[in-house]
Amino acid sequence: MSNKVIHAIYNDDDVLMEAVKQTRAAHHHIEEVYTPFPVHGLDKAMGLAPTRIAIASFLYGLVGLSVAFTMMRFIMIVDWPQDIGGKPSFSFIDNMPSFVPIMFEMTVFFAAHLMVITFYMRSKLWPFKKAENPDVRTTDDHFLMEVGVHGSEEDMISFFKSTGAVEVKVIEKH
Amino acid sequence: MYTFSSKLKTFSIVLMVLGILGIGIGFMSVPNKEEVKEMMKNAHDGHHGKTATHEVHENVGTHDAHKAEVKHDVHGHDDAHLEHVLHQQQNKPWSAFYVACIFFMLLTVGVLAFYAIQQAAQAGWSPILFRVMEGITGYLLPGSIIFFIVLLLSGFHVNHIFVWMDEAEVAKDHLLQGKAGYLNVPFFLIRAAIFLAGWNIYRYVSRKNSLAQDESNDITNYKKNFKWAAGFLVFFIVSESIMSWDWIMSVDPHWYSTLFGWYVFASFFVSGITTIALITLYLKSKGYLEYVNTSHIHDLAKFMFGISIFWTYLWFSQFMLIWYSDIPEEVTYFVFRIENYKLPFFGMLVMNFVFPLLILINTDFKRLSWIVVMAGIVILCGHYIDFYNMIMPATVGDQWYIGWSELGSIAFFLGLFIFVVFSTLTKASLVAKGNPLIEESKHFHY
Repeated sequence: MSNKVIHAIYNDDDVLMEAVKQTRAAHHHIEEVYTPFPVHGLDKAMGLAPTRIAIASFLYGLVGLSVAFTMMRFIMIVDWPQDIGGKPSFSFIDNMPSFVPIMFEMTVFFAAHLMVITFYMRSKLWPFKKAENPDVRTTDDHFLMEVGVHGSEEDMISFFKSTGAVEVKVIEKH
Repeated sequence: MYTFSSKLKTFSIVLMVLGILGIGIGFMSVPNKEEVKEMMKNAHDGHHGKTATHEVHENVGTHDAHKAEVKHDVHGHDDAHLEHVLHQQQNKPWSAFYVACIFFMLLTVGVLAFYAIQQAAQAGWSPILFRVMEGITGYLLPGSIIFFIVLLLSGFHVNHIFVWMDEAEVAKDHLLQGKAGYLNVPFFLIRAAIFLAGWNIYRYVSRKNSLAQDESNDITNYKKNFKWAAGFLVFFIVSESIMSWDWIMSVDPHWYSTLFGWYVFASFFVSGITTIALITLYLKSKGYLEYVNTSHIHDLAKFMFGISIFWTYLWFSQFMLIWYSDIPEEVTYFVFRIENYKLPFFGMLVMNFVFPLLILINTDFKRLSWIVVMAGIVILCGHYIDFYNMIMPATVGDQWYIGWSELGSIAFFLGLFIFVVFSTLTKASLVAKGNPLIEESKHFHY
């Protein structure tokens, strides 16, 4: 009983949005929504928590900046402070402007790449991963809402029919 | 319709009166030759012991006649130095006035450029702010008249802001002679007149079309404004570049930098956008802009953030390229600033870059009025200091300090700016209802 889910399929994103709102209002738990493209405002309608990936990216940027700073201070100032074309290598600040392009690029590099990797890890994406697509049409022109079945199955089916679903299926989930 | 609150009107008039007072005190307290001599003597006495031993050491075993000659030279040098410091002291109130004057006028030009870009790009979010922008650009006409008068006074040798206008200086300076084909007073004033006229004409026409569009049933006025905006932007980018060489770079006529025009543009463009945000928030807080929501503020704050970083990029590109190659004829510009203007020079970098970078990077913060106002005030002060750093080192040298002249000039122009801008705002409805994009703008949501 408890591992049964309903797959309500829609063919319009406006209808889907309306259905999501009704489902939430009726206190059915939405497990997942599959869409072929980003539907603006869907996350808000579903009540998903906002992403924190921008915060992660900011912190990665700081890491990149520190790496660049430490690296160049050690190499150019501490380890072998040569006179290269008259550039002042007495202290980091003396020669700072020439390090800025590298510090900038390293900040961007770390912020961008580590954020992308974080995204892959958090959303469990990698090559050769088995696709988790309940219905092939959801990558083309259909929208699918997956809702756990609690209580009367018939009532839920008629409820989702009433929200404008073109198809309602009950699936046994393993 | 907006009504100019009597409180704000009084405030602006008080600012103007205090400003005139400050400017007056600045001009009255210019020291004369004797006072400067006294000042320099006092400053010298501190080092006297050291200098004396040095001189004695150098002159050991030399001929008496030679000694006399050395002494004479030192004396001649002192006179030239006295003249130099006197000139700088006399320049101070003028330069302070000039910096505040050009800052507020260019800030308005920045708003005008932003307005033209929004029109030409057919932006859907900003039409609700067009009347605010038009209100701010109302200051352009009075601002540019005062500015042109200052340029005329310089041209007629009332002040010494532009050293290349001084014929005695040009006569002994080969570099200035070589540039005389471009840097001469009649051509300079003609250029200034053309640029100021061009900007004011665009401002006048676009405002007229914008008001006419409110009463109209078709969109001919809107289309006209679109074409005018595109034409203006072409004229603007050319005139802006030349303007920056004329009005700002030519105070240092021995120095040149190719990206200077862009750098100046970024500085007043971000100030202009910040002013739009501040005035919008003020009007919103008084309940005059019912359709302006946090998404509009968010967009303005994003522009403030982005253009602040653009400004820093240009500042750094200019600085680093000159620092790196270290060519003596170029690098003196920065050497002098770092030696004598260390705090304003690096302080503005904190105010114009580090502070907005850290505070305006957060999406939630960009929607909070008090954060945007705080960041805006810091950005505006920072860019005033930027203009201060561009003008003052060339005209007053190491004799600078922020005193009556500077604060008075800022207060006067700020008062005038508030007075003119808010008077202009009362003259038309705050919603440009004829604009075909106004509905989209009213419902803009990000």
